[in-house]
Amino acid sequence: MATSALDQQRAHAAAGHHEPTGLWSWLTTVDHKRIGILYGSTAFFFFLVGGIEALLLRIQLGSPNNTFLSPETYNQLFTMHGTTMIFLAIMPLSAMFFNFMIPLQIGARDVAFPRLNAFSYWVFLLGGLFLNSGFLFGAAPDQGWYGYANLTSLQYSPGLNVDFWMFGLQILGIASLAAAVNFFVTILNMRAPGMTLMRMPMFTWMSFITQVLLLLAFPVITVALILLMFDRFFGTHFFVPAGGGDPLLWQHMFWIFGHPEVYILVLPGFGIISEVLPVFSRKPLFGYAAMVFSGAFIAFLGFGVWSHHMFTTGMGPIADTFFSLTTMLIAVPTGVKIFNWLGTVWGGSIQYRVPIYFALGFIAMFIIGGLSGVMHSSPPADLQQNDSYFIVAHFHYVLFGGSIFALTAGGYYWWPKMFGRMLDERLGKIHFWLMLIGFNVTFFPMHIVGLNGMPRRVYTYPEGLGFETLNRLETVGAFILGLSFLVFLINIIKTWRGPRNAPADPWNGATLEWSIPSPPQEWNFAEVPVVHGRDPLWETKRERGGPLPEPPRVSGQGIHLPHPSYWPLVAAIGVAGVMVGVMAEPKVGPWGIMAGALILFIGVFNWAFEPAG
Amino acid sequence: MSDHAHAIEHHETSTGLDSRKLAIWTFIGSECLFFATLISNYLVHKETWLTGPGPFPHQEWVSPAGQHFEPIIEIPLVTLGTALLLFSSLFVVLALANAQRGSRKGLLLWLGLTIMCGLFFVGMQVYEFTHFVHKGLTLKTNLYGASFFVLTGFHGTHVTLGVIWLITLWIEGFRGRIPPAKSLNLEIAALYWHFVDVVWIVIFPVVYLIT
Repeated sequence: MATSALDQQRAHAAAGHHEPTGLWSWLTTVDHKRIGILYGSTAFFFFLVGGIEALLLRIQLGSPNNTFLSPETYNQLFTMHGTTMIFLAIMPLSAMFFNFMIPLQIGARDVAFPRLNAFSYWVFLLGGLFLNSGFLFGAAPDQGWYGYANLTSLQYSPGLNVDFWMFGLQILGIASLAAAVNFFVTILNMRAPGMTLMRMPMFTWMSFITQVLLLLAFPVITVALILLMFDRFFGTHFFVPAGGGDPLLWQHMFWIFGHPEVYILVLPGFGIISEVLPVFSRKPLFGYAAMVFSGAFIAFLGFGVWSHHMFTTGMGPIADTFFSLTTMLIAVPTGVKIFNWLGTVWGGSIQYRVPIYFALGFIAMFIIGGLSGVMHSSPPADLQQNDSYFIVAHFHYVLFGGSIFALTAGGYYWWPKMFGRMLDERLGKIHFWLMLIGFNVTFFPMHIVGLNGMPRRVYTYPEGLGFETLNRLETVGAFILGLSFLVFLINIIKTWRGPRNAPADPWNGATLEWSIPSPPQEWNFAEVPVVHGRDPLWETKRERGGPLPEPPRVSGQGIHLPHPSYWPLVAAIGVAGVMVGVMAEPKVGPWGIMAGALILFIGVFNWAFEPAG
Repeated sequence: MSDHAHAIEHHETSTGLDSRKLAIWTFIGSECLFFATLISNYLVHKETWLTGPGPFPHQEWVSPAGQHFEPIIEIPLVTLGTALLLFSSLFVVLALANAQRGSRKGLLLWLGLTIMCGLFFVGMQVYEFTHFVHKGLTLKTNLYGASFFVLTGFHGTHVTLGVIWLITLWIEGFRGRIPPAKSLNLEIAALYWHFVDVVWIVIFPVVYLIT
């Protein structure tokens, strides 16, 4: 029996080595796999929070002139829904896979800077808590996720709402930048022998491009948020017309960050799909090089399209034409990707397992979202669609139909590797069908009500405009969507109670992560692998003429691992402390800032002088 | 160069570059966008004013309302600060060369001079800010002032952090903890220091020389 052999190996390995357990081991961990799990569980929690916010919004919109939510609460909920889903759910869910999978895919024992990695997670966690703590003060952000001036000016938002948003995003930006430096260096420098750039798995490639986007886009929003902070706390007028400032400057700065951010959200998903489709079609990825270069081209163009978010501000025909053309151009490399995915599946021996359901669902949904995107790349069409539910439909098709479908595919695909357990297939398929149906019932009608003139971000609508039926339908769809994730939760709990039954390579995988036990041991690879091609594991199996034996769990003696450390956590508390200090500055003076800076200083110093192991 | 030292301290990386060095280059790349945005913000706002000194801080100025404003920028002082900052880049290179050669004395001397230059620059900026405030230009006066203080202030913060970093290394060097094999620790700080200088080479003409 395979299982009993596995159990024997595990018992054998357990005798040789004890992985530390308990709360302290998690607070001080620098293991990329544990940090990945921390990212994943935190992000999934925030995803559920954002989902509940969405359900409340849908209840409010389920019938006309509804009073379920007050306008103020509605504003807070839609702002927090958007901000949470983008910064606290999709980005960190991608970060979970960056953390867990990139070192495994490139054959490394850890990331380049394990403690910096822990720091990123702790800063992210504190940033997420900070952002949400506005609810405790009855002052959650309420100005929309892109915080347009003048809504954020002191005159129109005197309360703490905008402050929670502004400082929360600033903290999260620090986490993203630290992680981006780390993974950029990890991917370039930690590859196993023979793993040239053009042999890297596609998920690693798309993640690499994502890191570049993070590195170049986040400084811009950092500055924009700094200027906003000066406007709100230190009496400048950068975005205040009364003082000579220009609210449009905010829009430019925000979208120079904001559009690359869209690709930060979806490129990791592209990578996941490019892993799942070949494995479940039993064919190598079609057009590998074209996939790499189209990904890079999308990222490059992503910096030249920001003003398509601003057609309605009246930029003039030349700017409109330029940004319209660049936006349409992005459809070309995206189309290349879609056709390559279809080419991968075409003629393959398709294994109908849960991950490929979500991957194929992704392709279909993303095409719809992409097409509506091309529609409003045309300024005259955009003038009609801007600020209507058509836009809401579009970006949910790319972010939910795109990113979330892809991340869910990745979740089912890599779950056995991460936790050593196989998720239930039947529940997985129920999850898929409920999600696909719920998603389309929720968001497809939004195209129609949007084109019929229903504005977004308004807490209710009057009777008799023809919006009632479709809005009722959307609300029903949203609950089906919620139900689908309830099924996922049940699946997780059920699997958790079951045996650790996952073999090292349950899907006949092509990449290195499947060559090691599930879940991997602390050091990942007992021996550093040597790579000879793009699908290293398939090549090994082909040479051998069949599946590989279950890799043994070894004792790991003599393998050098970085020491655990709590200084990243201290430094992260310092970072958050400085931001809390600035926010409290009008009340307590500079002392809060200084206390935060002191903690940060102590954290960084001890970190720098601690022996890294 | 320090290739020998690398081989002792680190095992091979895929690119052959030390990971910490690659990381600081990556960080610097990201910082370029940070300062590019701040400089753009300055350029957008430098002639935006409703009151107070500006838009020509070099010259005497009578505003349309008839208010008289003296020139506020002191180019000679800032030029001296700029020159010392640029020299400090040379000094930190010499400090690194001495560290790689194992000369503790040379390391401490040149690194000490680098720190002095950095401190002078920060002091110059503190004086300049105070001077501007006395002349009636604060963050709140107009957008020229606001974007000036934010741009040069964030550069000054970078210099200050660099000085703290270099002082730490000086103390380490004094204790004999920067042998040639560990000179990379200094090299990384030096790369950051050069970057801070290079940014000032852009800021100086943009803010002080272009009228």
